[in-house]
Amino acid sequence: MSEPAVIFDNISKSYPMYHHFTGGIKNFLFHLPKALKSLRGSRYEALRDISFEVRKGEALGIIGKNGAGKSTTLGLIAGVLKPTKGSIVVRGRTLPLLELGGGFHPELTGRENIMLNGVLLGLLRAEVRKKMDEIIEFSGISEFMDQPIRTYSSGMLARLGFSVIAHLDPEILLIDEILAVGDLEFQQKCIEKMMDFKRNDVTIVFVSHSMGAVEMLCDRVVWIDDNAIRMSGNTKEVVKEFEKAERNAELLRYVKGNL
Amino acid sequence: MITRHYIDFIVVLTQKEMKVRYKSSVLGYFWSIAHPLAFALIFFIAFKIIMKIQMENYALFLITGLFPWQWLANSVNVSPMVFIGNASMVKKVNFSRSALPLVTVLQDGIHFVLSIPVIVLFMFVYHKSPSLSWLYGIPILMGVQFMMTYGVCLVVSTINPFFRDMERLVSLFIMFMFYLTPIIYPESMVPERYKYLLNLNPVAPLMISWRNLFLDGTLDAGLLTISISYSVATFAFGYAVYKRLSWKLAEVL
Ligand SMILES: Nc1ncnc2c1ncn2[C@@H]1O[C@H](COP(=O)(O)OP(=O)(O)OP(=O)(O)O)[C@@H](O)[C@H]1O
Ligand SMILES: [Mg+2]
Repeated sequence: MSEPAVIFDNISKSYPMYHHFTGGIKNFLFHLPKALKSLRGSRYEALRDISFEVRKGEALGIIGKNGAGKSTTLGLIAGVLKPTKGSIVVRGRTLPLLELGGGFHPELTGRENIMLNGVLLGLLRAEVRKKMDEIIEFSGISEFMDQPIRTYSSGMLARLGFSVIAHLDPEILLIDEILAVGDLEFQQKCIEKMMDFKRNDVTIVFVSHSMGAVEMLCDRVVWIDDNAIRMSGNTKEVVKEFEKAERNAELLRYVKGNL
Repeated sequence: MITRHYIDFIVVLTQKEMKVRYKSSVLGYFWSIAHPLAFALIFFIAFKIIMKIQMENYALFLITGLFPWQWLANSVNVSPMVFIGNASMVKKVNFSRSALPLVTVLQDGIHFVLSIPVIVLFMFVYHKSPSLSWLYGIPILMGVQFMMTYGVCLVVSTINPFFRDMERLVSLFIMFMFYLTPIIYPESMVPERYKYLLNLNPVAPLMISWRNLFLDGTLDAGLLTISISYSVATFAFGYAVYKRLSWKLAEVL
């Protein structure tokens, strides 16, 4: 068994509720003691005592309902967020990116965004220039490369974002929800590229609501429910249990609706 | 640490900022000069034509102070939005966030450099000429001002996402500073008993130094020392605030 690339050991992450803070300076000054206390107190626990490992070269799926804490988990691995409790070990070059197109600017053209994103993700300018044509070719939307990306559809944005990722050379790849907006051709391309990464021993943490893709790609799955791990292990088993729970929840809703 | 990648990163971010802020770099250059010139015109009308201030070369006097001031004021004025305007980047990518305010200061600094020819032009109009001391004076004062401005921008840009009122406080603060600093009036007009207060204003020694350098080609060691001290202190404070709070930025944006 290969060594772990990512280790989560009893990680908790809570977000402070900063909205109390935005009440304006007047409110803040008039209720100073209360305001200061609210800065400390009232936190929302997005992850509670999460422990798991991702071994080198493995593809781990993370599944769960909306708001379960999947993106938060990726944020912790990428180093964008810090855990409130516990410590995380990450061995290897992680792509410091949570979501495709993170850091894209709507006013810049496709080409300019490729440059910005590439440099943001660790390439030199010369390297991006060298790969530019390949990236554009891969995206399949070359005729829109000189348009500002605010005019792109969400599928086109996903294409652009993934094309940059596909030409990088990470050791750990974090993928959050990329198949949701792409068309079939693009989904196919993504899966193929990720299989490619897998063959090259890249560690992948894959967040998705598409169970088909999870089953195709992942060696193991962690199911996060209500901000804690509900189940983890073999892909088939976890996905089966997850789908069962979803069906039961739906049935329950249906029955309640008919009462 | 400054690596080759960091330099590339800063270059690309600066290009991006230029494009986003001005759409085109030519227009950006135009505005960076038109803005302080328009200010100079307003003050010229108000103080020279209407209030008849007794000063020679008042127009030249104005722009030699306004141009450097504009660099500081522009950077500080946009800094509340530095992280908020790049929220998607800060939330979704792990990178050295201090690069964003750095780029802001750098960009306005570039515009300042590009505006120096306009100062030269005005000097010729007033039958003066640039002096050799500019060759070392300008880089030194630019370094001092860069550090000071970066320090202020780090504080403002880091705190504003937590405390959105910062934005309004900052624009008021900038206005106060502008009128309390000898830019549209010479320091000699400040009443004797308030003069010591000038040195308590962190930007006054710097702005006076700029004007002396441009107008007479002199660089006073005393004023420079005070400016450097303020600039180091400001930067140290700014960096400390940034270090303390920056990891929380992705949570609050
Ligand atoms: N910056 C933040 N401040 C406060 N609360 C947050 C913040 N980010 C996320 N949360 C909360 O943490 C919880 C988990 O969010 P997260 O984005 O990790 O969910 P997710 O599993 O990725 O959901 P989805 O499937 O919708 O993408 C949510 O309830 C959300 O409200
Ligand atoms: Mg998510």
